[in-house]
Amino acid sequence: MDESILSPRDFDSHPAYVHPPYRSSIKRGPTLPLIPLKEKLRDQRAPVYGADDLGPLDNDLTRNAARNGEPLGERIIVTGRVLDVGGKPVRDTLVEIWQANAAGRYVHKTDQHDAPLDPNFLGAGRCVTDGEGRYRFLTIKPGAYPWGNHPNAWRPNHIHFSLFGEYFGSRLVTQMYFPGDPLLALDPIFQGTPAHARDRLISRFSIDTTEENYALGYEFDIVLRGPNQTPTER
Amino acid sequence: MAFKETPSQTVGPYFAYGLCPEQYGYDLKSLFTPDIATTEAAGEHLTLIGRVFDGDGNPVHDAMLEFSQVDSAGRYPSTSAEVAASGFRGFARVGTGTDPQQRFVVRTVKPARANAGDAPHIDVIVTMRGMLTHTFTRIYFDDEAAANAADPVLSAVPAERRATLIARRDERAGRIVYHFDIHMQGERETVFFDL
Repeated sequence: MDESILSPRDFDSHPAYVHPPYRSSIKRGPTLPLIPLKEKLRDQRAPVYGADDLGPLDNDLTRNAARNGEPLGERIIVTGRVLDVGGKPVRDTLVEIWQANAAGRYVHKTDQHDAPLDPNFLGAGRCVTDGEGRYRFLTIKPGAYPWGNHPNAWRPNHIHFSLFGEYFGSRLVTQMYFPGDPLLALDPIFQGTPAHARDRLISRFSIDTTEENYALGYEFDIVLRGPNQTPTER
Repeated sequence: MAFKETPSQTVGPYFAYGLCPEQYGYDLKSLFTPDIATTEAAGEHLTLIGRVFDGDGNPVHDAMLEFSQVDSAGRYPSTSAEVAASGFRGFARVGTGTDPQQRFVVRTVKPARANAGDAPHIDVIVTMRGMLTHTFTRIYFDDEAAANAADPVLSAVPAERRATLIARRDERAGRIVYHFDIHMQGERETVFFDL
C-alpha cells in the first residue's frame, strides 16, 4: 500500500491568514494554530472531471460569451505550465480563471463599480493541461478597478486562477498579475505575499508567445504541492 | 525542492460566475455543483446545512466551500463514467451567496470509513474574500461517537475543540439533516488543519 504523503505546505510562500492592511482578513482569517494532518495521498483525491465536461470555447474568453460581436479591449494570450514542486508537469489538471473586463468591471451581480459591462464578455474560462502540463487561454487584458479597502484603493490588473493539481491538498487559488504594473506596490493583497515570493505571481511578457497581428503573449507558470520527496543518500 | 510553490491569493468577492455559475444563475455550465451525490447514489441520503461566521459573529455571504468524501462503500470515484453510473461524484462546490440566510446546503450520502480506524468524515476546503490563503477542515458525525473516539485525527485535536468538527444530526419526517457551522474566529473557532 502506498504510504506517500504530500510535500509540506510551504507557508513561507503564502500570505498570512490575517494581514491587517487587507482589511477584510482581520475578521476572517483563522487565529489559532493549524492542527497537523498528514494524510496519505491515497486518501486525498482531487475531484473527478473529464475533458468532455468542457465546452469547445471554454478556454477562449474572447468568444465564449460573444453575442453580437467581439469583446472590447486588448486581446492577450495567457499560457504556462503547471508543475509540482519536484518539477514534474501536472497533466490533465483543471485550470479555471475569472477576471474583470477591459474596463475593470466584473460580471458578478454585486460589482457596483461604475464602469461598463461588455455584452460580449463574461470573463470566465477553463481548460485542462496537456501532456506537458501546459494550459492556454485567449482573453482580454483586464482593467484595474477601485475597491473599498482604503481611500483611493485600486486593484492591479489581474486574472484569478483556481487549480486542483493531483490531490485534495494541492489545491491553489491565486491571482496572476502583469509586469510593470505601478499598482502592485500599493496593493495589500499582492503585498500580503512574502516579499521573496511575490515575483512568482507576475506573468512574463513573451514575444515568442505573442502572435503577429493578433495578440500579446504572457507566460505564467504555476507550481503546486506534489508527492513528498525525501532526499536520497548517495 | 527544485521549484517553489506559487503563492496563494484571495478568491475575492466575484468568483461565482466562474466557479459556481449555475448556482448563482450565470450562463455557463458548472463543472461542480453543491451536490456530492445525486438521489440515485447508494447509501443513507442526507443534507449538510450550515453557515460560515466571521470574527464578529456575522454570517459570511461570499465564502466558497468545497467538500470531498468517500461513498457509502468507502471508495472515491475514479472516472467520469463511474460518477455518471453511480450518481456519486464525491466532491461539491458551493458559495454562500445564494441563500437568504447565507447558508450552504449540500446533498450527499453518509460516507463509510475510508480506512480501518478512521471515523466517517468529509474533508472541506474553506475560502472567501478576506482569506489570502485557503484552509482545510473536516466534518465528523455526532451519531458516530464510538468511531469518533477512536479516530486518530480527532484524537490529535485538543479535547475542548473537538466539538467544532462534529456535525449535529437532526431527523424530521424522514429527512436527515446534519448541521455544521464554521467559525473563522472567536471562542468557538473551528479547528483548521495543516493538510
